Amino acid sequence: MSTPGGAPLLELRHVKKYFPIKKGVLQHEVARVHAVDDVSFAVREGETLGLVGESGCGKSTLGRTIVRLLEPTDGQIIFRGTEIEDLGPRRLRPLRREMQMVFQDPYASLNPRKRVGTIISDPLKIHSIGDKSERKATVEQLLETVGLSPEHYNRFPHEFSGGQRQRIGIARALALRPKLIIADEPVSALDVSIQAQMLNLLEDLQNEFQLTYIFIAHDLGVVRHVSDRIAVMYLGKLVELSPAEELYSRPIMPYTEALLSAVPIPDPDLARKRERIVLEGDVPSPINPPSGCRFHPRCRYATQVCKEIEPPLTDYGNGHLAACHHPLNVDAATLAAASAAPQTPRSAPDEALPQDSSGSSDPVHGDSGDPSRAGNPG
Amino acid sequence: MPERLLEVDDLSVHFATEDGMVRAVDGVSFALDRGEVLGVVGESGSGKSVTAMTIMGLTRGVNAKFGGAVRYQGTDLLQVSDTEMQNYRGNEIGMIFQDPMTSLNPVYRVGEQITEAIRAHEQIDKRQARKRAVELLKQVGIPNPESRVDDFPHQFSGGMRQRAMIAMALSCNPAILIADEPTTALDVTIQAQIIELIGRLKRDFDSAVIMITHDLGVVADIADEILVMYAGRVVEAAGTRDLFYDPQMPYTWGLLGSIPRLDRPRPERLYSIKGAPPSLINAPPGCKFRPRCPHAFEKCVEEPRLEQRVETPGHLDRCWLDVEYKRAHRGSMIHGDTSEAA
Repeated sequence: MSTPGGAPLLELRHVKKYFPIKKGVLQHEVARVHAVDDVSFAVREGETLGLVGESGCGKSTLGRTIVRLLEPTDGQIIFRGTEIEDLGPRRLRPLRREMQMVFQDPYASLNPRKRVGTIISDPLKIHSIGDKSERKATVEQLLETVGLSPEHYNRFPHEFSGGQRQRIGIARALALRPKLIIADEPVSALDVSIQAQMLNLLEDLQNEFQLTYIFIAHDLGVVRHVSDRIAVMYLGKLVELSPAEELYSRPIMPYTEALLSAVPIPDPDLARKRERIVLEGDVPSPINPPSGCRFHPRCRYATQVCKEIEPPLTDYGNGHLAACHHPLNVDAATLAAASAAPQTPRSAPDEALPQDSSGSSDPVHGDSGDPSRAGNPG
Repeated sequence: MPERLLEVDDLSVHFATEDGMVRAVDGVSFALDRGEVLGVVGESGSGKSVTAMTIMGLTRGVNAKFGGAVRYQGTDLLQVSDTEMQNYRGNEIGMIFQDPMTSLNPVYRVGEQITEAIRAHEQIDKRQARKRAVELLKQVGIPNPESRVDDFPHQFSGGMRQRAMIAMALSCNPAILIADEPTTALDVTIQAQIIELIGRLKRDFDSAVIMITHDLGVVADIADEILVMYAGRVVEAAGTRDLFYDPQMPYTWGLLGSIPRLDRPRPERLYSIKGAPPSLINAPPGCKFRPRCPHAFEKCVEEPRLEQRVETPGHLDRCWLDVEYKRAHRGSMIHGDTSEAA
C-alpha cells in the first residue's frame, strides 16, 4: 500500500463485519451473515474512491462500519493514524466530526418533524460549535453552498423535492467541515437530470473543501464520473481495485466485466451491437457464501479451481488488484510479474496465484451455464 | 400494415386540488401498434405516469377532469363505466409498477396473488390457475417456480419481485403491457435482466409495450419510438434512432447530457439541466421549458406546437429554434465539454 504523498487518510486492514442470526429462547447463534469478509484498502487524502457492487455485496455495511455506525467484527480501521475500531464513544466523538455520511434515500434520512435549519445545525450544536446566531449564519451559508436559498431555513423536508432533500443531506454532512464523506448511493433515488446536478455539486464541494470521498453506488457509469480509484465488491469480498479509467478499459475480474456490460448505453446502434453479459440469478446468500471464489456460480469462465480455492488478490501493477483464477485482459508478462497483494484476505492462499490468463486457457463455458449445478455447495 | 391497438388523442388530465387545478397531462397524443415498444421519457412530474394510469383507468376520481380520448381498438376508454373498465384492465392492458417492494401484498403468497389475478378474469378452478401461475413464473425466469410459487414476497429479491409483477401482468395475455419505471429501484445487473425480459415479451408474444422511464439509456436498445414528455406535454416524438442521433428539443439534449456514459471519454462536467420542472398549477406561459433552456429567445414566450420541423416524417418537436442552428449547437449539451458533436 505505497501511497505517494504520505500516509493514507483511511486504511482498512482485514475488516470483517458478520451479523449473527439468533434463534430460540436462549438466542444462541445459529448462523452468521458474512456481510463484509476481510476487506483491506486505503484511501488517500483528497481522492474519491468508488465502491461498487450489487445489492447485498456489503458495500453499505462497509461504509457504515468505517464511520463506526456498526461495530466491526474483526480487523483494523485506521483513520489519520489512529486505530478507531475499538474506541469508545467519548474518544470517538471528536473523530466523528471528521467523518460524515450522506445517505441514499433523501425521503427517509431527514427527520420530517424538524425544520431544515435544525437538521443542518444539529451537528454543530452536538459538537458545541459557535453560539446560536453563529450557527444560524453557518447554516445559511451552507444552504447557499449546496445550491439552496437561505430562506429555506425554516421549511420542513416535505416542502422539498428529492434532489433538494439530497442537497440538505449534503449540507448536514458538510456542517462540521469533515475530512471524509461517505456517500452511500447519493444519487440512485434521483432522476438522471437531478443526478447530474448532484454529481457536479459533489465535485465542486470536493475542490472547495478538500474533501475525500468514498462513493458507494451500484452504477458503474455514475462511479466512473466521480472516482479516482474504484473498488469492486462481491458478496463481502473485495474482488477488484483499480485506477478508475483502467477499470473500464481493462477489467480483470469477470464480475467487473459483467457489471460494465449491464450499464445501459444511450446510443441505440451501439447498444444493439454490443454483447451484454447478463448475469444469471441474484447474488447468493451471504449466510452460506459459495466456496472458493464467491462469484463462481455465476461466472462464465469458472472452472474446478474456482470452486475449491479462494483466489488471492493479485497485484497486476499500477495499483490494479484483482482476485480471480482466470484474469481477463492480462498478458503473459504481466501475469508472470504479478504477485499476491498484501490486501489479500487471510483465508486465501497466497501461492494460489492465477496460472493462466483467460486468453490462453480454455474456460469451461458449459460448466457456467448451469448455475444451479455449481451453486449452493453447502 | 400492423394492427393499431391504442390511440391516445389530445388527452388531458387535470386534478382539482386545494391549491388550484393541476394540469398533469395537457394535450398528449400518440398511437401504439401491435408488437411495438414505445418509450416514454421525462423527469418526475412530467405527466408520464399519469398518462399511463389514465390509460388503465386508475386516475378516475371526483377531482379528476379528463379531455380528449383514449381509444383501445376503437373504444374510448375514458367513456366506459368503471365495471366495464375491469374487462380491459388486466385482460387487455396490463401494468407493472415502479416499486416491486410495495406493489405485492406482503401477507399473501406470491402464487396466491397471481392466481387471484387469473381467476378475477377467467372462469378456471384453483388448481389450473396455480398451474398457470407456475408456468408464468417460469416464463419470466424465476428458478424452481414449483416451490417458489408458495413463497411470500419477502422471500423474493427485488429483481424476482419485479419478475413476479411481470408474471402477474402477463397472466391474462394482455395486448398491451405498460411498464412504469420497471427498473428504477433495481441494480444495473437486474435492470439488464428485466430489459432483456421485456424485449423477449415483444418477440414471443407480439405484445405492445409502453416503457416509462427517466433514463434514456434504458430505452435505447428496446424502444421503436420514443416520446419525451415535459410538464404534461409531449415535447419531442421520434423513432429511436432519430431521437438519439438527431434530437431536436433542448430538453432532450439535457437528458442525454446528464447520463454518465461508458461509451465516451469522461467529460469534465456532466451537463445538468438547471433548476427544476415547473409547477403544473401555474405553468409559465409559452414554451414550458423556456425558464431552464439555455437557448431560449424572444419567440419562446409563445408556445410552439408539436409539429414536424425536420425532414424525417414522424419526427415531431416543440421548439422554435432553427433546425440548422440546433444541429450546430446541441453538441456541448449532449456530450459535455470534451468533445464536439458529429
